This record gives sequence, structure tokens and C-alpha cells, in this order.
Amino acid sequence: MTESDGQGSTTSSPRTTGTGMVKRGLATQLRGGVIMDVVTPEQAKVAEDAGAVAVMALERVPADIRRDGGVARMSDPALIEAIMAAVSVPVMAKARIGHYSEAKVLEALGVDYIDESEVLTPADDEHHIDKWRFTIPFVCGANDLGEALRRISEGAAMIRSKGEAGTGDVKEAVRHLRHILGDIRKIGQCESSELYSWAKELRAPVELVREIAETGELPVPLFCAGGIATPADAALVMEIGAQAVFVGSGIFKSTDPPRFARAIVEATTHYSDYSIVSKVSRGLGGAMRGEEAGSVATKLSERGW
Amino acid sequence: MVRPGPTGEVGPVGVLALQGDFREHLSLLASLGVAAIPVRLPSQLEQVSALVVPGGESTTISLLLESSGLLGPLRERLRLGLPTLGTCAGMILLAEEVLDGRPDQHCLGAIDISVRRNAFGRQRESFEADLAVDGLRAPLHAVFIRAPVVERVGDGVEVLASVVLPDGGEKPVVCRQGNVLVCSFHPELAGDPRLHEAFLGLVPEKLSADKETAEKLSADKERPDKERPDKERPDKERTGNVRAL
Repeated sequence: MTESDGQGSTTSSPRTTGTGMVKRGLATQLRGGVIMDVVTPEQAKVAEDAGAVAVMALERVPADIRRDGGVARMSDPALIEAIMAAVSVPVMAKARIGHYSEAKVLEALGVDYIDESEVLTPADDEHHIDKWRFTIPFVCGANDLGEALRRISEGAAMIRSKGEAGTGDVKEAVRHLRHILGDIRKIGQCESSELYSWAKELRAPVELVREIAETGELPVPLFCAGGIATPADAALVMEIGAQAVFVGSGIFKSTDPPRFARAIVEATTHYSDYSIVSKVSRGLGGAMRGEEAGSVATKLSERGW
Repeated sequence: MVRPGPTGEVGPVGVLALQGDFREHLSLLASLGVAAIPVRLPSQLEQVSALVVPGGESTTISLLLESSGLLGPLRERLRLGLPTLGTCAGMILLAEEVLDGRPDQHCLGAIDISVRRNAFGRQRESFEADLAVDGLRAPLHAVFIRAPVVERVGDGVEVLASVVLPDGGEKPVVCRQGNVLVCSFHPELAGDPRLHEAFLGLVPEKLSADKETAEKLSADKERPDKERPDKERPDKERTGNVRAL
């Protein structure tokens, strides 16, 4: 052991921003956490106070988008900026599917993650955004593994299973998550010659299918969204294999948002310890009323391809 | 190096697993042949002989430390000299002071530094770079994600690496005090194990929970420059020339 001068080495070597590692890296830091939809700076503070790892800034939560109808677009940049100023945790915002220019606006604002989201009205019915052309990372929704891999091939650095946003019904979230994870497990059992037909069936690049066969998981973090309304819902999707949860309408459509938010955070961390999930679920008040995912007129999860 | 024996005289390395990228730390430690367990509850903390505080969201982890009942026991273990590695959010949590934290954010005070969160800016400014670290022969590839920097170092804190900020200021990003090592980036993401190896080199080979050892470790922590025989590195070839460590 030799002596150090105690000043350390100084580095001014070249820095590379916007790499795959840097993009996926932020998603990795959010693991085990809860990302909450917020529509005002005050709600953003409630979310941060409750332990949200990030907030999703938008004008209306999905339940209200459903109720109001009309075309749902990117939120007002002034609102997004006000939310960014209100909290120190990462702020995400949504762009319409295929709407390159909305996404570029969000990048210019400096949001930390862009959600190319089926919750907004799609702007392109054939093409998603070429996400490699951005420094900011993207999260995209997926119903199945093929959709997830197509989004990853376009540059998504995080996948969230779609569920059925704004319903408060966890069934679709469970179905999509199981579908994605089930196919990943099946591919893990394949021999190499079978990967090509998987790629064909999934309509996805064979390189990504091969990567799944080798690693046993998606090349990017897999989170869950769309219908999570209670601490037990969050625990359920974590048990199934989600790495973190998005909660949209479930918090601010409940009767006691600060307590619901905090309880869902606790349940996501301690999802396999049911004495804790039980404790935090006690006397919470009313969860969002919700509606059965099968009965809604517009299936948001069918948007995207 | 931690080498848990068959009789279990040395506990595993714990990785705080409340939120964040604890999985990456667990698999990196496993790849080094080190027994490592996730820590979410006080009963798990009791078993460990060293701790890693991972990256994640420091405000969230701070809240969960309190609600899980870990805060008090962890403060006590740190006071008694628990060897600890903190990366990114882990560095923020272990610091004496967070300059721009939430008012209710807990500072564990395991290392006498003041840190500033998100010092490089937002995610747009997150970056990768090769970092020269005192004691490592070749540069370390470092991934900075909305990273903090150190604004103040106390007496007895050794700065092992610094970077130049966009405004031209030079700030420490790797620091050590006694057997507490912190960095503002994510060695667990880049897959280079050298910083973890350096940390494991700070863990005494035979660590017992008896009071005498605890007091000795505590005393050593207050005199970080004092050489300890149990810090000898048996495996220099593999770990590189870690001079300051």
C-alpha cells in the first residue's frame, strides 16, 4: 500500500451522452419504485412526499381522458416545466405514438424520460417514433413480447406492459405482463434453430430474440402499467415479474391520495412480505371506483403495433 | 476480501434492497465469488458483515429506510464501523450533508462529505466517461446518471477521483473515509468490478460481532490514515494496484 496525495485523479476525458447504457441506466435506477401520474405541481409534490421514484407530468389522468373523449395530445410545456420545477425526482412526459415533433419538444424541455404512449391519440397509424434520434430515453407500452421487441428495436430503453389505462382494473396489466414473461420463458427453453421462427412469429429482430434466449430477460427493464389501483395490485404485478410500477389514475382518483401513494410505494418494495402489504393496506379509504376493462368503449391497449 | 467460512464466522455482504439497482450489485458481488444478500429488514441487516447502498432514488430510499425500521439499526452499525460502499444515491444517503435534499431526507453521516444532487443536470446530461481513479492502474469506465458530486470533504476524507463540471469547477466523485467508500456513478452498471474489489479489500477478513472488534473498527474509522494489518490485500494480481485502498 502506497500513500495517496489525498487529492485524487482528475478526469476531463470525453463524455458521451445519450448512449444505450445511459438511457437504460436511468430505468435501472427506477427499479422497485413507483412512477405516478400527476396533473399539477401540487400533485407532483404529494407524489414525491409519498416516495415516488419519478412522476409522469400530464394534463389529464387516463380516467379523465376516457371520460372527456376528444383528441388527447402532449401536455402544455408550461405545465410540464412547472412540475419539473416542483420536484427533484425524474419527470417523464407523454408524446403521441409516432409524433416525432411532440417528442422533440419534450426533449427540448429537458424531461428525463419520454413515454410514447397509447393513452394519447396516435399521430401515425404505421410508424412509431425513431427513438434512436434522441438523447432522452423512451419508454413504450407493449401487450406482448413482439411489440416490446419492435419498440426496443426502434430505440426504447424501457418497456411497460400496457394494461388498460384509466380503468383501475388490473386484469389487462396481469394478462400483458404474463404474456410477455411467458414468451421470454419459452424462448429460454429453445434451441438455436427455433429462434428464427420465434422472430418470424413475433415480427421482431432475431438478434433481440437471441439475446433473450441467452439472458432470459428483456434487453431493457420491464415495468408494469395500466390498472394498478391498490397496494395489493402493485404487489401482484411485482410477484409476476414487473420490475417497477406505473400508477396513473389509481392514486389521485382514490379518496386519500397521499396515503394510497405511500401504501403503494411500500407494497412495491416489500411485495413478497405480506405482513407489510397487509399493514399498509389497512384503512386506506376508497380506491378509485374504476370500470371493468372488458366493458370500456375504447381499448387504449389496442393502439400501437 | 470477505470469505464466509463453513462455520459462518463472517457474514455475507448485504445490499440495501429497498429500491434501485440492487440486483446489479448482487450479481456483481456473486461474480466475484462473494456471498451477498438483499437487505430490506433489520433482521437481514444483523447478518451482514459489510453493506452496499445502491443507486436509485435517494428520497425514496430515505423514506423506506424509516418505514422499514432500518434507519436506527443502520445508523448504529455505521457508527460501529460497518464497511460500506455507496454508489450514486448510496453516496447521497451515506453523506454527512445533502445540500439540496428534501427537508425530511435522512443523512446517515457515515462519511464526512457534503453532496449536491443532480449536479450535472437532468437525464439529458447523463454520460459515460473513462475515469482516472487514484490507485487503479487503468481508467474506470463510469456511468453517471443524474449524478451527484461532492461539494465539501471533511478532515480524514480521501478524494480518489474528481471530474470537471460544465462550469469549469472540479468536484470529487470518489471518496473514502476509513472503510466507507462512495462514488457518484454506477460501477455496478458498467460491469468493471475493480471498485467493488477495492471495497471488499476494506472488509476485514475476520469480522466478529463482539464488542471489542466493534470498538476497534470504530476507533479505526476515526483515524482512517492508520494502517491496519487486516487491510492487507492477498490478491493484488486480480484487483490491480489499488494504492490508496
